[in-house]
Amino acid sequence: MNKPSQRTAADMAPEQKVKFYQKGTFTVGNRLVDADSRNVQSSMDRSNAITSGHRACQGCGEALGARYALDTAMRVTGGKMMAANATGCLEVFTTPYPETSWQMPWMHSLFGNAPAVASGMQAAMKAKGKTDTRIIAQGGDGGTVDIGFGCLSGMFERNDDVLYICYDNEAYMNTGVQRSGATPGGARTATTMPTDADHPGNVFGTGKNLPRIAMAHNIPYVATASVAYLQDLEAKVEKAMSFKGARYIHVYVPCPLGWGCASNATISLARLVVETGMFPLFEAEHGAVTSTRPIRQRVPIEQYLKPQRRFAHLFKSPQGQEAIEKLQAMCDRNIKDYDLLRETEETPA
Amino acid sequence: MLKQLEGSHAVAEAIALCRPEVICVYPISPQTHIVEHCGELVRKGEMGNCEYMNVESEFAALSACIGSSACGARTYTATASQGLLYMAEAVYNASGLGLPIVMTVANRAIGAPINIWNDHTDSMSMRDAGWIQLFAETNQEALDLHIQAFKIAERLSQPVMVCMDGFILTHAYERVDMPTQEQVDQFLPPFQAQQVLDPVNPYSIGAMVGPEAFTEVRYLAHEKQLQALDVIPEIASEFKEIFGRDSGGLIREYETEGADTIIVTLGSVAGTVKDTVDEMRAAGKKIGVVTVGSFRPFPSAQLREAVKNAKQVVVLEKSFALGFGGVVANNIMMSLQGTGIHVHTVVAGLGGRPITMPSLHKLFEKALADELEDMQFLDLQWDIVNAELARQRAQINSGPVAESILKNIQVDTAYGGAASHAAT
Repeated sequence: MNKPSQRTAADMAPEQKVKFYQKGTFTVGNRLVDADSRNVQSSMDRSNAITSGHRACQGCGEALGARYALDTAMRVTGGKMMAANATGCLEVFTTPYPETSWQMPWMHSLFGNAPAVASGMQAAMKAKGKTDTRIIAQGGDGGTVDIGFGCLSGMFERNDDVLYICYDNEAYMNTGVQRSGATPGGARTATTMPTDADHPGNVFGTGKNLPRIAMAHNIPYVATASVAYLQDLEAKVEKAMSFKGARYIHVYVPCPLGWGCASNATISLARLVVETGMFPLFEAEHGAVTSTRPIRQRVPIEQYLKPQRRFAHLFKSPQGQEAIEKLQAMCDRNIKDYDLLRETEETPA
Repeated sequence: MLKQLEGSHAVAEAIALCRPEVICVYPISPQTHIVEHCGELVRKGEMGNCEYMNVESEFAALSACIGSSACGARTYTATASQGLLYMAEAVYNASGLGLPIVMTVANRAIGAPINIWNDHTDSMSMRDAGWIQLFAETNQEALDLHIQAFKIAERLSQPVMVCMDGFILTHAYERVDMPTQEQVDQFLPPFQAQQVLDPVNPYSIGAMVGPEAFTEVRYLAHEKQLQALDVIPEIASEFKEIFGRDSGGLIREYETEGADTIIVTLGSVAGTVKDTVDEMRAAGKKIGVVTVGSFRPFPSAQLREAVKNAKQVVVLEKSFALGFGGVVANNIMMSLQGTGIHVHTVVAGLGGRPITMPSLHKLFEKALADELEDMQFLDLQWDIVNAELARQRAQINSGPVAESILKNIQVDTAYGGAASHAAT
């Protein structure tokens, strides 16, 4: 059973106006409005991997990321795809028995084995001569960088024909916001509480950069994406599906509940993380970077940290200030390594 | 066709005859020869379109099996000991999802202390996981049980573990009667799954089931096990019709007619037990044997019937529950509840210690003389045990037991220990 959240209403985001998917609103994806009033997301031709009615929190970045990623994969494969899902929020909020939101063959087995289950699925398709049915595996950051890491590396190394998508919200949200190997330094989680000035949230380790680790396997395609740039995510999924073999996409997905941010801040935080340089968007083929998305307007890290209560303590002590400086240094390093401030003619999508 | 084969190779050839579509492998002794030979057969093109996957752990091996079986592919893997424990989470998951995977367990002890030799601690640790567990007595039976296992698994939509004694069977060369492909095809129809992952008809498998339905799902899994009590003998008789020999089934009786004392055992040691019983029967002793072929489901009714006229039952088993007693004996005591038949537990053969006929003679004579303790360990070296217990009473400090024994008998296990040991 999921642990109830320990936080009180007072901790939560500022009050927001609630909008339901109903007749008369123009909410993205609303198919109840007149045909000529619908936006692109609510087109009836659009593939629909995850249907509405699931139980994700308001502002869930993972629900958004998964929907765009899988809808794209569904479109480019003509529906000939199936997915293995690691235990986690995505699994729980889409399949409360006897209901399911999945409009495609979907399987959940365990927390740490989604890549291996997917490998088995593609082996079965090979044995049956149905290699045109493509396999996707997906999980959160805990299921990917921590408990599922061994199976993921094995799937990469064998170059099994699987696209693995990690939805990274930087902690174990489903169990109540505990630290994962993807939690940034300084962040407050339920297991890295900033108890006093000497303990400003999560420790600064060496980090676990899964996209780079994926690249070290020389797999055909690796990409990072953020839900602030949905067309970029779609393009990357489409490109990933054009390759055979092991592929990896790491999608940055804000979690309002775990981060203590407003549920309407999901997109802005997903943009700020890119514009600070904290999360560089890039693609790599066979172990080499092939494209990066330049920063349009560089912003200091504080601007990204301030809307999130998980970083609030950093602004209250000299030790916290040091942590902010370390985070800024990480951004600076990324900007240098990926040349994110280069002069460019192209206008990013 | 009669062949002289290593047990592992016999099993691999039987697997090939079953036309598996996916085999997932990770090496662990003593099952390695089985999957090595499977790999060879796949590469030689003798297994059709079978996909042979080398994965990075036992957890991944069974997880990949879960994925492929859910896609409707006939799926096989093999493991033992630590490997079975490492995949434990997936063992429960495979049965919970009702996937008809067949897995060989080449029975081996569990460490620490690390030990590669045979006992039944590994598969017994998974006795409540919802898998059907069949135990082979000989290499012929191991071969036959694998062919039956796919049929049982696919009829019940439940995974089956075929347990065969590590080294004693897996590495022994014996004559086996290898069936023909035509026979196996006649016996085992292609795998038709009721519900598979398929884009044409998309299912969601593995949803989160809450308190409102979980008990029902678990009960139905238990019901599958109960159904297996009918299906296992049915399939054994279908097997006999085509292959002409008795193999499998729930239990096997040997010289139980008029026996006052019945030995209950499982696995390869049954052969030694039967030889001992033969000699004792020749000397006019009223003793018989029942071999448990299916440990899960446990054939309580059949066992009760088989031993109903005996005065006592001696359970000889290669496993035990620390802090309690025999694992198999516990199941038998529950099955014989209210019958008044006395059940003795004998733990033997742990970590590969040989179970010899002289030891069994002594044990069985003691039982016939009504002198057997309720619980005992065959050939336990009491001098070593008592010395270590005395030391523990004298000084309370913790440490690994195996190393403590050496320290107690003054063997220095630190660097240079071997030399000082050699000098004594």
